[in-house]
Amino acid sequence: MNTETQFLQVNIRPASIDDLQKVVDLDAEITGLEKKEYWENHFNRFAERNGRYLMIAESKTPCEFLGFIVGEVSGWEFGSRPCGWVFVIGVAPSHRVQGIGEKLFNAMCEVLKADGADSVRTMVGRDDQLNMSFFRSQGMMAGPFIELEKPLF
Amino acid sequence: MKLQKATQYGLYAVLELARDPSHQLSATHIADIYGISSNHLAKVLRDLGRAGLVNSVRGAGGGYRFSGNSKRTTLMDVINIFEEIGSDSTAAADPGDATDIGCALLLVLGEIDDIARATFGSITLDTLLKTMHWQREREEKLQNPAVV
Repeated sequence: MNTETQFLQVNIRPASIDDLQKVVDLDAEITGLEKKEYWENHFNRFAERNGRYLMIAESKTPCEFLGFIVGEVSGWEFGSRPCGWVFVIGVAPSHRVQGIGEKLFNAMCEVLKADGADSVRTMVGRDDQLNMSFFRSQGMMAGPFIELEKPLF
Repeated sequence: MKLQKATQYGLYAVLELARDPSHQLSATHIADIYGISSNHLAKVLRDLGRAGLVNSVRGAGGGYRFSGNSKRTTLMDVINIFEEIGSDSTAAADPGDATDIGCALLLVLGEIDDIARATFGSITLDTLLKTMHWQREREEKLQNPAVV
């Protein structure tokens, strides 16, 4: 535990359906877009099935929702050996820079590793300095793949 | 890609000093570590001082000390003191830039510049110093896999 987290007791646990609205609300606060249907789909896929993980960070006293992370172990897409993927991470803006994202990320890495992954991967917008800096600070670097895309119009 | 000499020296100096902000090092000492010109490094340190990243300590045993915030200062912040990454948008166009091939080449070069800027802009001094530590740990694990 680093010095920034010692003042806040944080519990990381698997998400339950009761967390759905809190995740929807926090994601909307962070991104400015409410995506209830998207998150309902995620909860159905991730909260109940093996190999897919949706985890929640909450403070112990008082019990307050602080953030979430979504990931899974996936393999052979794009010719890649199985590896862990982190799809999204969100921390309440009022509780940033307290090590909560790090705790979520470490907890996710542990379950992905236990599930057979020997590396973890994510994708970050080139101009998303907040998330890019966060993932870099967790030891992530450019991987062996390059994302390519083409407009279809 | 290759950074200009002053930029490289600036990164060496600021990272060496940020390793331990309580310690002060002379320009000669840092220059010796990296095998670079102490005169050139002294000029670079003055630029870093003007940018608020290092403090000079006068007197016997004086030198330089890191005075920035290593968790907030990115490699891009240091690089920007000495050079601009990528093409200078204010510079006059080169011959051929307006042709179809010139435009297509500029698009690819712009893509590389964007990635370079995003990479340098996302790595703080603290993260780079931690990365060195993680790399050492990984190498030790690879050399001695029995030790957990």
